[in-house]
Amino acid sequence: MRDYENILEELYKILQPFVPQGLEIEEETDLVADLGLDSLKVMKIVESVEDSLDISIPLNILPDVRTVEDFAIQIQKLIGDG
Amino acid sequence: MMSIFDKFQQLVATRLELEKSCDKFFNIVMEEIISGTEAIVNGRPTILAGSNNYLGLSFDTDCIDAACDAVRKEGTGTTGSRMANGTFAGHLALERELAEYFDRQSAIVFSTGYVANLAMLSTLVGPGEVILLDADCHASIYDGCRLGRAEVHRFRHNDPQDLEKRLRRLEKRDTNVLVVAEGLYSMMGDRAPLVEIVAVKRAYGAYLMVDEAHSLGVLGKTGRGLAEEAGVEDGVDFVVGTFSKSLGAIGGFCVSNHPELDLVRYASRPYVFTASSSPSVIASTRAALKILQARSELRQRLWENANLLYNTLQNLDFAVGPEASPIVAIQLEDKAEAFALWSGLLENGVYVNLVLPPATPDGNCLLRSSVSAAHTPEQMARICRAFTAVRELTAVPQAV
Repeated sequence: MRDYENILEELYKILQPFVPQGLEIEEETDLVADLGLDSLKVMKIVESVEDSLDISIPLNILPDVRTVEDFAIQIQKLIGDG
Repeated sequence: MMSIFDKFQQLVATRLELEKSCDKFFNIVMEEIISGTEAIVNGRPTILAGSNNYLGLSFDTDCIDAACDAVRKEGTGTTGSRMANGTFAGHLALERELAEYFDRQSAIVFSTGYVANLAMLSTLVGPGEVILLDADCHASIYDGCRLGRAEVHRFRHNDPQDLEKRLRRLEKRDTNVLVVAEGLYSMMGDRAPLVEIVAVKRAYGAYLMVDEAHSLGVLGKTGRGLAEEAGVEDGVDFVVGTFSKSLGAIGGFCVSNHPELDLVRYASRPYVFTASSSPSVIASTRAALKILQARSELRQRLWENANLLYNTLQNLDFAVGPEASPIVAIQLEDKAEAFALWSGLLENGVYVNLVLPPATPDGNCLLRSSVSAAHTPEQMARICRAFTAVRELTAVPQAV
């Protein structure tokens, strides 16, 4: 099973193309406020995470995801429940 | 303290920006309706090439007569829920006629197509169960999922392999899964790969719901939609649809061979807690359903018009959708160009829909046209001429 650090590393990789120049991505980075992601970009990112980790991410969890850390925790839970 | 409206500030800014670029966008009013295909817009006669009046029945004399008779006999509204005083004989008759037409055991009539999806998806699939929907499904399908308590997953648009991958991941959960797809997708007018979807859902023991909102009266030998055209009706558990497109009125339905469909009525808040359709709406819909079955030439005329517009736009090098259908959409990356083309068409006497992200697939702007069996050859020629005239406004072919 992937641990939290592995998931975080994978997320950083997937989010990198969306990070504005000059911003360092970290656990507290806010996906909307800091990265300016709209709903279409969020869904693209979700698909990339699903492919990369071979999981399905329910839409129901997205309202609870604000930061990179929130996203990583939710993914870890999904993998644990899987 | 913040005002209750402060959260809309981003919307205000977007609206102002849009009004600066295209002042007409928010101010389209059908000032006078001339026919199902023509109205006065900005004081000028305008051909409507952005409605969903596929068979042109909104002005059919039989439908109008039926509606007038019903309003005189039964009044302007039912003033009540289907569960209380709002089930009239006409509602039940329409349910029987829909079940018969679709050759299914049961049918439920809802007040709108939106409500049909809200009611079915929020009720049929419960906690611990899963809805697996095509990513490009209509907002009413997404909203139905949000209203219910099922887990919701998406599969990539029209990608049965992706659907299968997700069903495989869910296999060990041993729970009910409802797959949702549409007959014709409302923005690009493309069909679902239903034969493949049915094969996958059968392999994994899932249920399948198909929304035939835009394909009823349009696809299939008798107009029952994509499931009929693809020859897989027995693989579709639930068909939902609307009366507000080919049937020219407003309302929604679900038909199924599962005898338990009837139970949904008692558990569904969107069915119980809204007023039922007005008698005139039920009457015109019943008349339209009869015409849809009796006059296949309407479907033929619709497709002649659809092919003409699709081929014309393709020959003009516009980036149209993947296949001809009565919905012909042009994808445009640049918002300013989309505004210019849309305004240009309006100036040339043709109204089409301008759809902006995030309401579009892939984040592009769309000029969405839809044709009707009621468009005359002269009107079709005018629509095609208008597109040719505005083509010069786009500098390069719109490869997306």
